[in-house]
Amino acid sequence: MISDNDIDLILNDLHEIYGYDFNYYSRASLKRRINRLYSLDKFLSINEFRSKIISDKNYIKRFIEEITVNVTEMFRDSSFYKELRTRILPVLGTHPFIRIWHAGCSTGEEVYSMAILLQEAGLLHKSLLYATDINPGVLEKAQSGIFPLSHMKQYSENYIASGGLQDFSSYYTANYDGVKFKPELQKKMIFSTHNLVSDSSFNEFHLIICRNVLIYFDKELQERVFNLFDESLANLSYLALGSKETLKFSGIQHKYKQVDREKIWRKIK
Amino acid sequence: MNYSCKILAIGGSAGSLEVLLKVLPHLKEEISFSIIIVLHRKNSSDSALSDLFSTRTKIPVYEVEDKQSIVPGNIYIAPADYHLLIEKNISFSLDFSEKVNYSRPSIDVTFESAADVFNTDLICLLLSGANMDGSNGLKVAKENGAVTLVQDPETADSKIMPSIAIKNNEIDHILTPDQIVTFINSINV
Repeated sequence: MISDNDIDLILNDLHEIYGYDFNYYSRASLKRRINRLYSLDKFLSINEFRSKIISDKNYIKRFIEEITVNVTEMFRDSSFYKELRTRILPVLGTHPFIRIWHAGCSTGEEVYSMAILLQEAGLLHKSLLYATDINPGVLEKAQSGIFPLSHMKQYSENYIASGGLQDFSSYYTANYDGVKFKPELQKKMIFSTHNLVSDSSFNEFHLIICRNVLIYFDKELQERVFNLFDESLANLSYLALGSKETLKFSGIQHKYKQVDREKIWRKIK
Repeated sequence: MNYSCKILAIGGSAGSLEVLLKVLPHLKEEISFSIIIVLHRKNSSDSALSDLFSTRTKIPVYEVEDKQSIVPGNIYIAPADYHLLIEKNISFSLDFSEKVNYSRPSIDVTFESAADVFNTDLICLLLSGANMDGSNGLKVAKENGAVTLVQDPETADSKIMPSIAIKNNEIDHILTPDQIVTFINSINV
């Protein structure tokens, strides 16, 4: 097991050499991920691991990809998507133009889910979906629109549970063990790297979706990111978090009101 | 011999819910440590499990929220579909990374994380189950000085999980459900 001291050294290297600041990530999870990568890549000593990190730019891409958690699903938590369908999209539809930010979008499953919701609500043509992540590798995958065929059964069930009425397979074409989602869903997506730790607000949005990203941050960084979101949300727009995340203890809490049972808040001040 | 700890971590899979429902009503209402429970269960984001436990004990039961502080005297339940980790500042972190032993929450993940923070102030108890989870967690806990307990496989609905743990590790005590009650009630006494 890598000691806490060595973790500190590795985090320092990453920050000083590459500008990635993981010091405010929740340490237990981060330590577990670094240990996992260390044994996965069969390093023989911490020194070997550190010098690889310091000297091999290509390895950093892998390191970031493996250290950050990129597990995601389409229509995960169907009740959440149901609330988006029934409570949020009808309100967003009254705007002439809808800007949505998926912060920490990983491989994009939630962005495609959202595009499907918007299309079914007849709103996709006037929407823009900004999808950002710290990790260029996952953005490439998201941009490709190609997902494993083996996941489609689960996604289709999630989709139906969320209130979807179409045949889910009508949204993609299958090819061997992968499926490619229809290009019209992608047309309104803009993919870009963005680091929630160090990058600032870049637009004003009607809905920000950031689910199961903040659990990897410590409280101090969570607070900074909440402020970043607050700066990026117009009045009466929405913020959606993961099912175990909350605005409850944050400094911006008083400006927001939870819409219903799901972790969706509306900015009221 | 009585044991002391700050955390009693309990892991279980198939057949473990029945054991806990039997054990909980017999526990003292005031405990000077915290109990963390990691159970394999179907994905459901409702809090049915903590509600169910609350009907069997007066000890306060919480389904863990991200960054929640660990306070002595409470029972904390790992939420469905998240790994449960423990931070050095004695609070919880949730993690939605890959399943471990086909499980999320994984017992190994919580036991290992608790061992890293609590060392000798930890007691780990592994219950019935048809899976390999928990065994490696017990190993790490033992290496860090924790006390390790396993439900007697003869009393378990599914013997696989406790049997594997006993085969692969040096276990301090192998206990029947009745003995589990007696053991827990003697902690920190």
